[in-house]
Amino acid sequence: MTLWFVFALMTVAAIFAVLWPLSRGSSAQGGGSEAAVYRDQLAEIDRDVAAGLIGVSEAEAARVEIGRRLLAAADGEPGLPARANLGLRRGSAILALVGLPIAAVTFYLAVGSPRLGDFPLAERTRTADASQPLENMVAQVEAHLEKNPTDGRGWTVLAPVLARLGRYDDAVRAYRNSITHAGDSAERRSDLGEALAGAAGGVVTAEAKAEFERAVAQNADDPKANYFLGLAAEQDGRQADAAAIWQGMLAKSPADAPWRPLIQAALARVGGSTVPALSNDAMAAAKDMNEDDRGAMIRGMVDRLATRLKQNGEDVEGWLRLVRAYLVMGERDKATSAVAEARQAVAGDAERLRQLNTGLKNLGLDG
Amino acid sequence: MIAEAGHYALVLALGLALIQSTVPILGARWGDHALMNVARSTALAQLLFVGASFAALTMLHVVSDFSVVNVFENSHSMKPLLYKITGVWGNHEGSMLLWVLILALFGGLVAAFGNNLPLSLRAYVLAVQGWIAAAFYLFILATSNPFLRIARPPIEGRDLNPVLQDIGLAVHPPMLYLGYVGFSISFSFAVAALLEGRIDAAWARWVRPWTLVAWIFLTLGIAMGSYWAYYELGWGGWWFWDPVENASLMPWLAGTALLHSAVVMEKRNALKVWTILLSILTFSLSLLGTFLVRSGVLTSVHAFATDPARGVFILLILCLFIGGSLSLYAWRASALKQGGLFAPISREGALVLNNLFLTSACATVFIGTLYPLALEVLTGDKISVGAPFFNLTFGPLFVPLLLAVPFGPLLAWKRGDLIGAAQRLMAAGIAALIAVAVLFAWTFGGATLAPLAIGLAVFVIAGALTDLAERTGLFRTPFAVAIARARGLPRATWGTAFAHAGLGVALIGIVCETTWNSEYIGTMKPRDVATVAGYQLKLDDITQRQGPNFREMIAQFTISRDGETLQVMTPSKRNFTTRGSSTTEAALLTRGASQLYVSLGDTNADGAIAVRIYHKPLVLLIWWGPVLMAFGGLLSLSDRRLRVGAPKPAKAARALAPAE
Repeated sequence: MTLWFVFALMTVAAIFAVLWPLSRGSSAQGGGSEAAVYRDQLAEIDRDVAAGLIGVSEAEAARVEIGRRLLAAADGEPGLPARANLGLRRGSAILALVGLPIAAVTFYLAVGSPRLGDFPLAERTRTADASQPLENMVAQVEAHLEKNPTDGRGWTVLAPVLARLGRYDDAVRAYRNSITHAGDSAERRSDLGEALAGAAGGVVTAEAKAEFERAVAQNADDPKANYFLGLAAEQDGRQADAAAIWQGMLAKSPADAPWRPLIQAALARVGGSTVPALSNDAMAAAKDMNEDDRGAMIRGMVDRLATRLKQNGEDVEGWLRLVRAYLVMGERDKATSAVAEARQAVAGDAERLRQLNTGLKNLGLDG
Repeated sequence: MIAEAGHYALVLALGLALIQSTVPILGARWGDHALMNVARSTALAQLLFVGASFAALTMLHVVSDFSVVNVFENSHSMKPLLYKITGVWGNHEGSMLLWVLILALFGGLVAAFGNNLPLSLRAYVLAVQGWIAAAFYLFILATSNPFLRIARPPIEGRDLNPVLQDIGLAVHPPMLYLGYVGFSISFSFAVAALLEGRIDAAWARWVRPWTLVAWIFLTLGIAMGSYWAYYELGWGGWWFWDPVENASLMPWLAGTALLHSAVVMEKRNALKVWTILLSILTFSLSLLGTFLVRSGVLTSVHAFATDPARGVFILLILCLFIGGSLSLYAWRASALKQGGLFAPISREGALVLNNLFLTSACATVFIGTLYPLALEVLTGDKISVGAPFFNLTFGPLFVPLLLAVPFGPLLAWKRGDLIGAAQRLMAAGIAALIAVAVLFAWTFGGATLAPLAIGLAVFVIAGALTDLAERTGLFRTPFAVAIARARGLPRATWGTAFAHAGLGVALIGIVCETTWNSEYIGTMKPRDVATVAGYQLKLDDITQRQGPNFREMIAQFTISRDGETLQVMTPSKRNFTTRGSSTTEAALLTRGASQLYVSLGDTNADGAIAVRIYHKPLVLLIWWGPVLMAFGGLLSLSDRRLRVGAPKPAKAARALAPAE
């Protein structure tokens, strides 16, 4: 209710600003005029002559000139007497009294959120409780880790949550910190790889692949790492290798392993479509889609990547992922133009440009 | 409630701007004083409401109310208070709000202090201001609303771009906007004159302070931005001919031309139609700058967000105002009375020459900035027009301009004596030649152009001093008389001398920095020593530190020269977790006007760190020059006297050229 009271006060003030001069009538004087300026200029010349700033003959010439202007100004002065135009005044008054509040309130209601109160942070943290949304708790953990960056357990807890929330870049950082401070393990390496692939919109990048390879080196049977290594092979177009990896997994895994259906689906796909594959969660969602929807989903991911790179073009890895995604989707034109954009974006930085060119060479594009 | 009240205040400001843009014009048309006075009260009320709206947004940033999208996207609860406040305009929406706040401020100032204006002129001027304001309020409310809310507010914000977390953000944008937007007043005066169909010397008298204020702020704003880029971006460059920089340089060039042509108009009632055109062009270029920076056409540190709807909206505003005012000009300019006459060799002639060069330089920058964009839109090709183009086109235009600068103030109004002026400039010329000769001898075999350029700069500075000496009669009259005369000189004359000398000072800085800059780029380990321009820099140690919202790697260098320890420099690299990005904080050691500049690169695996060390001789002059110019402008602004251009009476009949 206070809010509407404040609105009303403000509206009254605005209306008053329009009505006040209207009510004062024509009593106000007519303001300054050109003639006044020229008269002052003439006075100025007298002062300058007295101070010796200009010569007498020059002053005379200037006086003649200004005198001419003064006459012209007096002639041209619009001899408008103050005429009160009552009709127009009434119109303006009505405009202010009725039009202004109606227009303002209508406009405001269309864009504003009058029901929403204030949320200053100081008050909110005092009333923190278990019912607050997940994001808030994540933020608190992040704030804690910001101050204690070596808390390995904290990073280990935070990382999968971030990945679930779709904040892959942050999840990558969290997994890396978790590996640094809480120790290396096959699961953490393959989780890190998955987050990297997630950040790349589902493409298993060279960086992600390296993590999966590290995971396999520690535990040759790690299912996630093996699945993604197969996916990497598939995305590289080495269908046979992918099939071999997955078949090996099926052979080794117990019959009730939860990932069996996923591997079987992947195996069925090999040799068929060549769409860039998705992370596990996205894959589960994509399974229920028809071909068009799936295409749209992939396109969405690629577009998001492209938009992100438009805003921050320094990410060489990102550019390579984008080019690669376009190549996989068979859109060579777009890939070429992405290469051009990438070159322009990193042109100022020789080191990045070199990385980019090497990466492009690896993708089979000109170096 | 704060957010919603701020939002509503902005909507009310839009309503008031719409009334301000119509009612006073009707009043002026029908000669009704009360209706004309509506302009005044609505302009003041508008300022009040936009001010309240801006205060509300600032408050929201300070208390970290993340239910406001703008605060959530650009703030962080752990940011220092100063950056919470400057962060208000460190983003697209907030900076547009600052834009309209300054627009309303100028409108309010005209309303409050424009008592010497004829009533109808003031009504027209404020109405035109109302149009501009209404267009931008609509733009803000429709496409870049800073008061949009989130129903379930997140607990932490996304933080401000780390590059912007610097004291520079507190100074540079407000200054620049005061300049950009300040030119809206001369624009409004020009359009008002066209609408009224009357213009004369008094008009120039009334516009003078506004143009000067805008010009002073724009000069300082550009200089500040350049210095900020110099120390923050870590490459030691101070001007990149980046399109965004050009966007601010163009209004400055046009505004400088306007300042000079308005002098001719005020003193001699000539060049009227041209001055009107320059007023329109200057503000149009300011709008163009806003469009280029705010629409996302360009990607740079200034483009906070890209959204096609915004670009299209600003483009519409741009077309409406530039197209509208130029059409009005084409339609009405011929109806304006022509002004006084003068000979080609005269103060007026010199100022026309100045205008010619400044506008050509402006056109060059315009082409260099917009051609690549146009080409990309039309053909999709990306080309970059960089420093070589501008150095080859802008430089040659500025050399004759600088040569002519000392002559201008020494020529008489209406008909001047070029040979006499040249004789009086003899001393300045000799000083310049000596400077060139000394430099050639000193840097034997070095750069050829640099000593010549410095000679030119010395000529400009000495020329400005000559003007003062001539006017006070120094060396010709007893010293006491000269001092008395110097006191009696109009402050505007002092202002001219300072501004012109500032030009020369900046040129010296530019030439020295680009020619005799020495650098060391390499990797260093603790206890390594690098030697640059006679300074020994010893890397003592690399340490880590935790800041309020960043982690920092600090390298400590001990600087010594000839075995004597001077100072400790601590450049650092800051890592901002929330945005996952980092900034380099260069360390600067100032010795006189020269600086030693150290910035850090990446660390190697073996603990070595990449460092860039530059010694920049006389680099500070680059920014002292503009500060001198602005000081000159300030002196001129404080000169409340009326200006009279006293012409020399004709001795013999002489052909006079028409003014326009």
